[in-house]
Amino acid sequence: MGRITLDKITKKFGDVEVIPPLDLTIEDGEFVVFVGPSGCGKSTLLRLIAGLEDVSGGEIRIDGSDATMVPPAKRGLAMVFQSYALYPHMSVRKNIAFPLRMAGMSPAEQDRRITAAADVLNLTDYLDRRPGQLSGGQRQRVAIGRAIVREPAAFLFDEPLSNLDAALRVGMRLEISELHKRLQTTMIYVTHDQVEAMTMADKIVVLRAGLIEQVGSPLELYRAPRNLFVAGFIGSPKMNLIDGAAADKHDCKTIGIRPEHISVSPESGDWKGTVGVSEHLGSDTFFHVTCEGIAAPLTVRVGGEVDVKYGDTIWLRPGPEQIHRFDQNGLRIA
Amino acid sequence: MATKASRSAARLMMAPAVILLLGWMLVPLTMTIWFSFRSYLPLRGGDLGAAGFDNYVRFISSSAFWPSIQTTLILVGSVLVITVVFGTLLALLLDQPMWGQGVVRILVIAPFFVMPTVSALVWKNMFMDPTNGLFAHLWRFFGAEPVSWLSDASLPSIVMIVSWQWLPFATLILLTAVQSLDGEQLEAAEMDGATKLKRFFFIILPHLSRAITIVILIQTIFLLSIFAEIFVTTGGAFGTRTLTYLIFQRVLESQNIGLGSAGGVYAIILANIVAIFLMRIVGKNLDN
Ligand SMILES: Nc1ncnc2c1ncn2[C@@H]1O[C@H](COP(=O)(O)OP(=O)(O)O)[C@@H](O)[C@H]1O
Ligand SMILES: [Mg+2]
Repeated sequence: MGRITLDKITKKFGDVEVIPPLDLTIEDGEFVVFVGPSGCGKSTLLRLIAGLEDVSGGEIRIDGSDATMVPPAKRGLAMVFQSYALYPHMSVRKNIAFPLRMAGMSPAEQDRRITAAADVLNLTDYLDRRPGQLSGGQRQRVAIGRAIVREPAAFLFDEPLSNLDAALRVGMRLEISELHKRLQTTMIYVTHDQVEAMTMADKIVVLRAGLIEQVGSPLELYRAPRNLFVAGFIGSPKMNLIDGAAADKHDCKTIGIRPEHISVSPESGDWKGTVGVSEHLGSDTFFHVTCEGIAAPLTVRVGGEVDVKYGDTIWLRPGPEQIHRFDQNGLRIA
Repeated sequence: MATKASRSAARLMMAPAVILLLGWMLVPLTMTIWFSFRSYLPLRGGDLGAAGFDNYVRFISSSAFWPSIQTTLILVGSVLVITVVFGTLLALLLDQPMWGQGVVRILVIAPFFVMPTVSALVWKNMFMDPTNGLFAHLWRFFGAEPVSWLSDASLPSIVMIVSWQWLPFATLILLTAVQSLDGEQLEAAEMDGATKLKRFFFIILPHLSRAITIVILIQTIFLLSIFAEIFVTTGGAFGTRTLTYLIFQRVLESQNIGLGSAGGVYAIILANIVAIFLMRIVGKNLDN
């Protein structure tokens, strides 16, 4: 079981309030991703849940019982750190065994769990090596191994993939998602990368300066961002946000339109523009188009290979159903 | 420093230093070995010719020889244990965030800047003097009979003085090591259920092992040749005669340079034996 409830928790470092009162419920078995720009308090929030920092106010409940003052080891949570935090002087086996040893588990049971974990994580051949002799991805797996042998109520991940190269990151992303499907244990995952959030989460929590901007499934956030911040943060490339005359036509302060929801035509459309730089990815092509009457260049996605050159004049038309409207305060107008 | 030219240039430039150091070491060493085979008595006519192994036999069969080895080893061993144990504890303490940290750190390091002769004199006269010393006052305050430290507990007293001098060194090295420990490792261990004590033994101590090794090796080199502290306090009496001190007595008090030189060669052998033992025990911490 791993249902975690945060009830008006706050965190201050000295006079600086990093987390203003915050409520959140994480259901058992859910994969929750905290996402937000660097310095917004994601790690702090995770560390509050782990018990590595004391809350300045509010209550943390794990499976219904108050855990606010419970020391980290007693909360039944396992954490995977950004730096992996492996014990460099111990072999992989000893690293994974460490929490079991601290719990006073019998050697036979320890062995059974280590073998099982090593099997799942493809670490069997490396059990007798030191962390220093492993690659980044393998170290990552050892850190995960050390977490799963404890059979915790929930896993906490703090930017676990940020030290890996791009290819490995995609691989590990899949492995962690698979692990979640297999174990069905609650996972809380912190990242600044919205792609990780979108691909892995059951539920995304978007944070800014310690405040929750929106909570929802990846598609909810994609389809109906609650405000300009979420609109700009979720989705890649970013949503085009347009002020001025174009927005006035829709009776709002700002309209947002995703690059993939704009259609391109050489003859007619709503906005006339000049093609700037284009990025060819093979499957997609992104144009940066400067339009008349719109301040910032718009990003447009076109599927496949398209024959449009720098300096060409084209017409853009936003999909009418896919325009997001925002008011004076940056909030979504339904 | 990869090309052939740069390597030979480097050698050329290092040569003066290497030659100087080599001369610095080789000349006295050769002279010591040379004198150890001579019967050299400055007050009775100087060099009286070859002595074969007489000096070696006489030095080792003297009743003072084995006790001096024992004293040396006890002194070095005790100081090492005290400085490493207390140095580790002090380093952990100084690593805690606290008010006036900078001042406290300087105070802790201060003893290292006091010359050995001076610190030994300060200890002898201000602390350990049986009538006027601070310890004597303290003992009398609690109604106890003052201890005459330097005659009744002479070796422990010297261990205390020398430990006080070397504790800052150990603390300093160990403090930098403590500070280089990744905080996330400790947090991971905490989440893994390790108590404070277990975190110390399973995480912090292994992390410090390399620094401790360095402290032990460097201190041993200097402690084997402790001299001023003994000279100033007990003058080698009351079982505080180390091998170094014995050699000094043979050379200067008995005016027998040949005998003293033979002792010097024994000191070199002792230092090497100690070094081999130490490298066996702790040296593996230095690999990787
Ligand atoms: N121990 C601390 N003392 C003071 N300020 C801190 C401490 N830890 C974090 N902060 C501050 O709290 C804010 C949030 O930090 P953090 O949770 O690490 O952000 P994130 O993980 O989202 O990048 C930052 O502004 C940071 O400077
Ligand atoms: Mg962080």
